[in-house]
Amino acid sequence: MNILAMDTSNQILGVALLKDGQLIGDITTNIKKNHSVRLMPAVNQLMHEVNMTPTELDKIVVAKGPGSYTGVRIGLTTAKSMAWSLDIPVVGVSSLEALAWQGRFYDAYICPFFDARRGLVFTGLYQTKDNKLELVDDEKNVLMEDWLKMLDRTGKDVLFLSPDINKHEELIRSYLGDRAIIPEGPFHLANPSHLGFAGLHLQPDSTHALTPNYLRLAEAEANWLKKEQAKNG
Amino acid sequence: MGEFIMKTDNYILGIETSCDETAAAIVKNGKEIIANVVASQIDSHKRFGGVVPEVASRHHVEQITMVLEETFKKADMTWKQIDAVAVTEGPGLVGALLVGVNAAKALAFAKQKPLVGVHHIAGHIYANRFEREFEFPLLALIVSGGHTELVLMKEHGSYELIGETRDDAAGEAYDKVARVLELPYPGGPQIDRLAAEGEESIDFPRAWLDKDSFDFSFSGLKSSVINKTHNAAQRGENLDKHDIAASFQASVVDVLITKTWKAAEKYHVKQVIVAGGVAANQGLRQALTEKFKRTGIPLLVPPLKLCTDNAAMIAAAGFVSYKQGKRSGWDLNANPSLVLQ
Ligand SMILES: [Zn+2]
Repeated sequence: MNILAMDTSNQILGVALLKDGQLIGDITTNIKKNHSVRLMPAVNQLMHEVNMTPTELDKIVVAKGPGSYTGVRIGLTTAKSMAWSLDIPVVGVSSLEALAWQGRFYDAYICPFFDARRGLVFTGLYQTKDNKLELVDDEKNVLMEDWLKMLDRTGKDVLFLSPDINKHEELIRSYLGDRAIIPEGPFHLANPSHLGFAGLHLQPDSTHALTPNYLRLAEAEANWLKKEQAKNG
Repeated sequence: MGEFIMKTDNYILGIETSCDETAAAIVKNGKEIIANVVASQIDSHKRFGGVVPEVASRHHVEQITMVLEETFKKADMTWKQIDAVAVTEGPGLVGALLVGVNAAKALAFAKQKPLVGVHHIAGHIYANRFEREFEFPLLALIVSGGHTELVLMKEHGSYELIGETRDDAAGEAYDKVARVLELPYPGGPQIDRLAAEGEESIDFPRAWLDKDSFDFSFSGLKSSVINKTHNAAQRGENLDKHDIAASFQASVVDVLITKTWKAAEKYHVKQVIVAGGVAANQGLRQALTEKFKRTGIPLLVPPLKLCTDNAAMIAAAGFVSYKQGKRSGWDLNANPSLVLQ
């Protein structure tokens, strides 16, 4: 069982290959560079290095967002097109869930998040139960302050994981104090091998129907809906 | 040495997502359409009064594999028979182009096929090759929402820009005038329809620019239509929309035809080709046909459904690049301002 995992949903570009549940190779960069230019060469290089041809792939796992709309589409388009042409299953895993895997063995609520500008974040709440990661509160696009107020009310410890942690650390502390657990370093970056593992046992999506997990309408669409609602009272 | 297969035919898979059509096609030898599938998003964008880039990109990623599957089904072909994957790399909306480019790269990589990036306008020109074989030198007039260009071709795959718009594209002027006349989106076909019933009673300006220039300008004409309409409204007069449309279209067509004809004479071309979405315009088609009937230079205008964006034209242009040995790498990117060369 050979799995190719790809994540271009945020600044990280991550590609990993798993063979029978074991990582056999990965490429990760965390730099501001164009995913569209670099994804396919990275996949090509990795497969070349481990001596695997595309026809040997059995499954593709892709981070489906939230994150950069364009980045998410680059990953999803590549994953869907490869899976369709090779006639193998594809699984989309939430980019937040993939990040939550970094705290999987921590006995607390796990809160992965991505900055979404103007005080907003893409986030969700996870915890590990029976050795499995499960969603406690739905993923959403929400004001960080509102979200922290809600987390405060739970009275529980919360592990925060985010590539944008520096931007929000102060605010998190001001609401949760010592109940906020904020690790250092690489824990805040999603790991493509975890993404591959996350998709290992998941039921495949319908290749055609797999769509990005934007968590937000296109601006024009949101405005149009508002107008329609006003019209219809 | 086992079986020896003479392979003389080439099949190219084309992909086009530069604006609001998700399209795929399979073309044989650059001139025969085997399958041509276009999923239009026009109904979705109508409510916004124009194409919204983010919405277009979202539709593309939802449609792409379905469009591909339908293409192979219609062609009744398998990947084994495909020689290369051609894709529009630009110009166009960057987010929209990215879906096609990344799909094409993924397919070419997965199936280990050569990848060929194609200029969208080269595609529009090659839409004509489904009708008739090219004879060089030929002159192409490209008119669309984003383009108004005169291109001279001395051989396959070689493009020399001899004239272009200095401001608005012809199609853009159509859209803006349509908005002033409060016509529904997309405005081009609406103006064309009104013009057919109107009379050319208003003398709108024609921008000839320098005497020998093959460049175009439509912003003055557009402003003139807007001013005339507003002034009339202020005086309480009611200008007939049909007449405005007819007069506006007459001005556009006059300039396009005159410059195309002059260029055709100067370069002694053997064919004149019309391409791009505005080539679907009836007024323009008729006027061009009449003009060139008298000059003796054969005029090629693609059938209506090949004037608008499609992937068959991308596969046809891609076939030429493929035969010339041009290949794109796995780092191929969308290029919204790609230059035709
Ligand atoms: Zn076009």
